[in-house]
Amino acid sequence: MEKWNLIIDVARCQDCNDCFLACKDEYFENDFPPYAVAQPRHGHRWMNIMRKERGQYPKVDVAYLPVPCMHCDDAPCVEKAKGGAVYKRDDGIVIIDPEKAKGQKGIVDTCPYGVIWWNEEKSVPQKCTFCVHLLEEGWKEPRCVQACPTGSLRVIHAEDSEMQKIIKSENLEVYQPQYKTRPRVYYKNLFRYTRCFIAGSVALRDTDECAAGAKVTLRNGSKKAIAETEANNYGDFKFDNLEENSGKYSLDVAYPGYEKKTLEIDLKTSINVETIFL
Amino acid sequence: MGKVEKFTNGTTGGPVFVYVQDGRIIRITPMELDESDAASWFIEARDRKFSPPRKTTLSPFSFAWRSMIYSPKRLLYPLKRVDFDPNGNRNCTKRGESGYERISWDEAADIVTSEIKRVKREYGPAAIMTTPGSHHLWGNIGYRHSTYFRFMNLVGYTYTDHNPDSWEGWHWGAMHNWGFSWRLGVPEQYDLLEDALKNTEMIVFWSSDPEATSGIYAAFESTCRRFWLKELGVKMVSIDPFYNHTAGLFADKWFAPRPDTGNAMACAIAFVWITEDLYDKDYIETRTVGFDKWKDYILGKEDGIPKTPQWAELETEIPAREIRALAREWGAKKTMLAAGGLGGWGGACRSATGAEWARLMVSLAAMQGMGKPGSNIWSTTQGAPCNTEFVFPGYAEGGISGDVDNSAAGFRWVYRMFEQKVPRSNINAPMGQHIPRLRIPECILDGKYEWRGKGFCGPSIQAQFHKYKYPADGYPEIQMYYRYGGSFIGTMNETNRYVKAYKTERLPFVVNQSIWFEGEAKFADIILPACTNFERWDISEFASCSGYIPDSYTQCNQRVISLQKKCIEPLGESKSDYEIFAFLAKRLGFYEVFTDGGLTDLDWVRRMFEASDLPKYISWEDFFKKGYFVVPIPEDYKSTPALRWFAEDRKVDTPDWGAPGSTSSEQAEFGKGLQTTSGLIEFESSSLKRFDPSDEERPLIPKYIPSWEGHHTTKLYKKYPLQLISPHPRFSFHTVGDAKESWMNEVKDHRVLKEDGYYYWIIRINTKDAEERGIRDNDLVKAFNDRGEVILAAQVTERVPPGTVHSYESCADYDPVGKPGESADRSGCVNILTPGRYITKNACGQAPNSCLVEIEKY
Repeated sequence: MEKWNLIIDVARCQDCNDCFLACKDEYFENDFPPYAVAQPRHGHRWMNIMRKERGQYPKVDVAYLPVPCMHCDDAPCVEKAKGGAVYKRDDGIVIIDPEKAKGQKGIVDTCPYGVIWWNEEKSVPQKCTFCVHLLEEGWKEPRCVQACPTGSLRVIHAEDSEMQKIIKSENLEVYQPQYKTRPRVYYKNLFRYTRCFIAGSVALRDTDECAAGAKVTLRNGSKKAIAETEANNYGDFKFDNLEENSGKYSLDVAYPGYEKKTLEIDLKTSINVETIFL
Repeated sequence: MGKVEKFTNGTTGGPVFVYVQDGRIIRITPMELDESDAASWFIEARDRKFSPPRKTTLSPFSFAWRSMIYSPKRLLYPLKRVDFDPNGNRNCTKRGESGYERISWDEAADIVTSEIKRVKREYGPAAIMTTPGSHHLWGNIGYRHSTYFRFMNLVGYTYTDHNPDSWEGWHWGAMHNWGFSWRLGVPEQYDLLEDALKNTEMIVFWSSDPEATSGIYAAFESTCRRFWLKELGVKMVSIDPFYNHTAGLFADKWFAPRPDTGNAMACAIAFVWITEDLYDKDYIETRTVGFDKWKDYILGKEDGIPKTPQWAELETEIPAREIRALAREWGAKKTMLAAGGLGGWGGACRSATGAEWARLMVSLAAMQGMGKPGSNIWSTTQGAPCNTEFVFPGYAEGGISGDVDNSAAGFRWVYRMFEQKVPRSNINAPMGQHIPRLRIPECILDGKYEWRGKGFCGPSIQAQFHKYKYPADGYPEIQMYYRYGGSFIGTMNETNRYVKAYKTERLPFVVNQSIWFEGEAKFADIILPACTNFERWDISEFASCSGYIPDSYTQCNQRVISLQKKCIEPLGESKSDYEIFAFLAKRLGFYEVFTDGGLTDLDWVRRMFEASDLPKYISWEDFFKKGYFVVPIPEDYKSTPALRWFAEDRKVDTPDWGAPGSTSSEQAEFGKGLQTTSGLIEFESSSLKRFDPSDEERPLIPKYIPSWEGHHTTKLYKKYPLQLISPHPRFSFHTVGDAKESWMNEVKDHRVLKEDGYYYWIIRINTKDAEERGIRDNDLVKAFNDRGEVILAAQVTERVPPGTVHSYESCADYDPVGKPGESADRSGCVNILTPGRYITKNACGQAPNSCLVEIEKY
């Protein structure tokens, strides 16, 4: 059976909000029984775009993480809702039945990802429906994916075995795997949001030139070299995809004809070690 | 539930499909093209083949249209200010404070037309001042340059000329080095996408954020192209005091010079190129004049200050070694200089140093052989392959107005659409009366003003030197203000001036024709409720402006012309602008002339269709049924890259409408050379030399002149130590999309919802500056200077360096916490803080990005 999956490439998202707004456009004052009642004008974020800035001026980058319902295969909401108010369809989509879920505010808190929203006026929990009413009409993708202008969002309608191949070949991950809910939403380049970097510059003090080509070696707490790079023409270097709060590191910086320098770092979050003068 | 119908329409951020059910719009989407639409272009470069997606993209604010159509802030019936009595006490000073009462259309029209007649009878039509806002709608028929000007030309009026708000420095500066007056000083961009894909090795985005500003009107059409260039390994550098969204997505290196000091960095780059022999000497020798004089300035022979990277480091706070590294890389690689977001433009051009900045951009590009393969000024937004021979007018071509004074109708359109003469108000001729939009308050409150240059000075390089005064000799002072569009003071500098200009007996009558109750609508005596372009008929093309942005549809991946179908009936008692004007025209005695014998808006749409090239390809019936048309690319399409003709000293071969050999004959040799007297890029400007060779604010050669409001203005800098930049916004288009309870308010990077239920506009402040002031993320803060105060939500960030703060301009509302014009605003009107003064005494443009403020916790 072919099932629905969503792939989100963090490196291609720039927070344009087209997905968030297309979702509002689809559901504001529009009921789509039996899958959804209308979303209120304000307050809900069925596609919730999280922002993460990394580093310090001028070595910064920024990543955005669009978070919709993960349409988990082991969804706590399905398990904990009363009277079958939340159910998993054969095509992988998780739906909150707006009739059966009426008054069940507790459903909101069942989701570890925090993607279920309470509609106060209608007394019903709500979330992303994968635009199932459109898919049933023949649409090939939900509104958010159609709206995405950068190719960050992509939909895959395939057998699970086929999806597993894509996950492997494109190195996809799920967000917060420790929840163990088996999401159907996968992320590419997730490290841009979840992990951190060490960046800096190397310069030569006597000539005040950028030390292009300087060799920079990253060592872990036990002084083992774990990565090596060369400073670019601006003297800049960056080691990315490191774990936050992962303890002690050291940087060796070497440039022919100059004395080597070593820098000790206690890595908490992304850090700009600024300019290292040789 | 009734059947769902799918219509077409258009917005400032892209054409759309509109789904309608039971008389209600239920969905608005971008357009997905089908197999019957013309094939897309492809470009083969570096062993790859590139072709665009078969759908249009849409700007975020266009996705929010349904929340704006069905906004609680919609004006649904005419209103009169409660204490306004046209036959008694007008209480003009109460504007912005007193409430409104509902009146009928007949009452409203009676008051407005009797006031028009009274003013004309007592003072003449030039005592009626009018101006439209900034692009609140989209459409060639029922909107600003078209319906509005047709009506106003029949009434007679003094137009408040719009300043070239997105061009400023190019218009007042670069034009003197290379002409392009017909583009207000910015360059042509034809076919530079193909050139870049094939030849370019590096792109320098300088004050350029196409991911936020889209070029103009063009949504995310060029985003896929930047990804392609990136995939090809083209290096991307961003120079901007703000780590902008294009930088976030693409930049390999970010430089954040202190605001208003980028010119020092530009001079230092030239210094490196000169001293390290990294420029195109042959090009400088044959395609430019005056280089030696400028070189002397750069090397310090003129003023004793060599413009070294070390010198620039003190101004910009960018390390000298990094400026050298950039200059060397740029000098070695075929580089596109993306100066501004459109090929031209950029926040840097709207500053005290804006005119010199644009001139320096031209100078740097010239040193690298601009026009040769892979090297040009190109912002990655225009220049896709395109059929430019297919004639369909842009909105600036006047539509049904045929107005040759205030639109580009005279370029071609008036001859194609009109057999008979069109309404024309001779007040708008250059010898009539004018008011600069930036000086409305001074004209109203002081009753006199002098300046140079009327609005967009496109006809010639010299047009901007022409001196004007208000009132023009023999003309009256203003007695009535007809505002078309509810909000635009959020885009005007030192905004409290505009508030004060409303609250005076010197302005006896104000009418505002608006869709929403916001901004300036709250200062009117009579409010006429208009509807959106989803509630009437129109026709338009994706991102097509024409006029001063000729062929701007080359931003788009496909030329898409859409019928803007009337999707629903106007809400409440609101009417289309065309209907409102026709209604007033009846009382003013010119209904027959205004409607050309009773034409409806749909009749005009058909007339525009017939006058265009559309009937050569598609019948009216088929167009009406399908709702849009994709213009096919000729099979024998031939690429003519911008300025290649100039670099190679050939006759111009691009389709540029004002270029030598098309209409202009300024050059010694017809069809060759630039618009400058020499026909070459002039490092030393001949037009400035003839005009005012002693103008030190705009010297003959481009220079670094410290800002009149920056770190060198020490007394002010000490009091207000933060430099505010306020570029064109990302999540609204001018004021479209913002406020009015639109969904845009909930975009996290646009506004922040606070405990009081109010959505506050954002100001971005560096972590260190925030810490020093005890400000945390999302705290409410007060930004202030001698010009006023604005309450904003702080975003504590590393995307600006310490000392720089960033907040977009153009909020839609104005919401003072106390007396209007004299108290803090909380709607995000940051232009309250920006200086009202001109760039220089002879460059009469705005300079909002030269602005010192202090910020404290609110």
